[in-house]
Amino acid sequence: MTSITHNDLVPELAAVEVDGISRQAFLVRGALAAGAVYGTTMISPFVRNAFAADGMGDIDILNFALTLEYLEADFYRRGRKLGLSSEVAKIAKSFGDAEQQHVDALTATIKKLGGTPVKSPKFTFPMKDEKSFLKLAQTLEDTGVSAYNGAGPAITSKEVLAAAGSIVQIEARHAAVIRLLRGNVPAPDAFDASLNTKQVLAAVKPLIRA
Amino acid sequence: MPDTRTPNTIPSDDASRRRFLTLAGGGGVAAASAFLAACGSSKKTASTTAASTAASTTTTKANVDGDIAILNYALTLEHLEADFYAKVIASGLLKGAEQDFAKRVGDTERQHVEAIAATVTKLGGTPVAAPKSKFPLESRLAVLNLAATVENLGAAAYLGKAAEIKSPEVLAAALSIHSVEARHAAALNKLLGKSPTPDGAFAKAATEADVLAAVKPFIVS
Repeated sequence: MTSITHNDLVPELAAVEVDGISRQAFLVRGALAAGAVYGTTMISPFVRNAFAADGMGDIDILNFALTLEYLEADFYRRGRKLGLSSEVAKIAKSFGDAEQQHVDALTATIKKLGGTPVKSPKFTFPMKDEKSFLKLAQTLEDTGVSAYNGAGPAITSKEVLAAAGSIVQIEARHAAVIRLLRGNVPAPDAFDASLNTKQVLAAVKPLIRA
Repeated sequence: MPDTRTPNTIPSDDASRRRFLTLAGGGGVAAASAFLAACGSSKKTASTTAASTAASTTTTKANVDGDIAILNYALTLEHLEADFYAKVIASGLLKGAEQDFAKRVGDTERQHVEAIAATVTKLGGTPVAAPKSKFPLESRLAVLNLAATVENLGAAAYLGKAAEIKSPEVLAAALSIHSVEARHAAALNKLLGKSPTPDGAFAKAATEADVLAAVKPFIVS
């Protein structure tokens, strides 16, 4: 996918900052909170970022998702070499296997739709022990949830949407478990934020080497 | 906001992928192949018919009515969840971190109720009233198991409806709730020592008929 190396990124949104919540996600939360305060609980706050893939076709969106799944699969693969405790090692294996299955399914689906699956970029992960592994895991899983939620409304095919839904639910489950392991609340918000393509790319850009 | 710590139990035992939900749709099709099969007709779909567009921007009355019906279905489930947690909290069966967790989740479900009801109204519909509910709350374990059942069911219900939603805005809202229900489900599964991902790498959807049948025992009227 060409957009992964797109220059038109917004570095200041680079979002691997506050426990996986990008600045933009904070803004969305702010909007939600304001809505709650003023009693205007409506749908508009949810959709602020929900057209992540605006202008992208289903194959582009699937390739975008594939890139994120490559990232997650590689992350867990490498994390398992860190000498994790037994509970975390089990989770790293289980979650890593799931991400690899997502990679395989997305790849096959892109081919089936007549597209060309993107190749995996090379990644680099700032982690050296279980603590930094779990911290990054939370960031990646939470970002994954918001990326799929953002792309969902732009998907044209009902079938692709249903498939993306079955994946995002797994990402959300992963995120919740990682959060619990870190002593964090599993569901920090009543409504998960969505991120658009640029925001997601900005968030993962520091992890992409080539 | 302080973190709610729930006791950690060994969660990720995918070998024991027991489905404690008896949702239908649980045919033994391998998830990945189901994924592909589901995408089988998409090539044609993507390039041609607008009829199968998931997030069509057309706002015909039929589309709006369809979305209102889906939202009211979701609202019924959210009412039940909110009610469930209110009763759990009142029962005093949960203590400490678990009670805090129930309060937090209950508060979230109430926010879902409010948001969905407001959305139905905004679309010109009438939000369904809360059903009268009853839940067998007998012990801590019964409560936690029922909570897990309800949350896993809720996640599967949203997943089952996502592709039928016409308005991108409504879809975005539903997705933002769907993943929260999934988080709740995974946390409760973990708390109970069950796999947080009982369906494996691809979550299964539940049909409306199956979901309504599953919650029927909890509805008095």
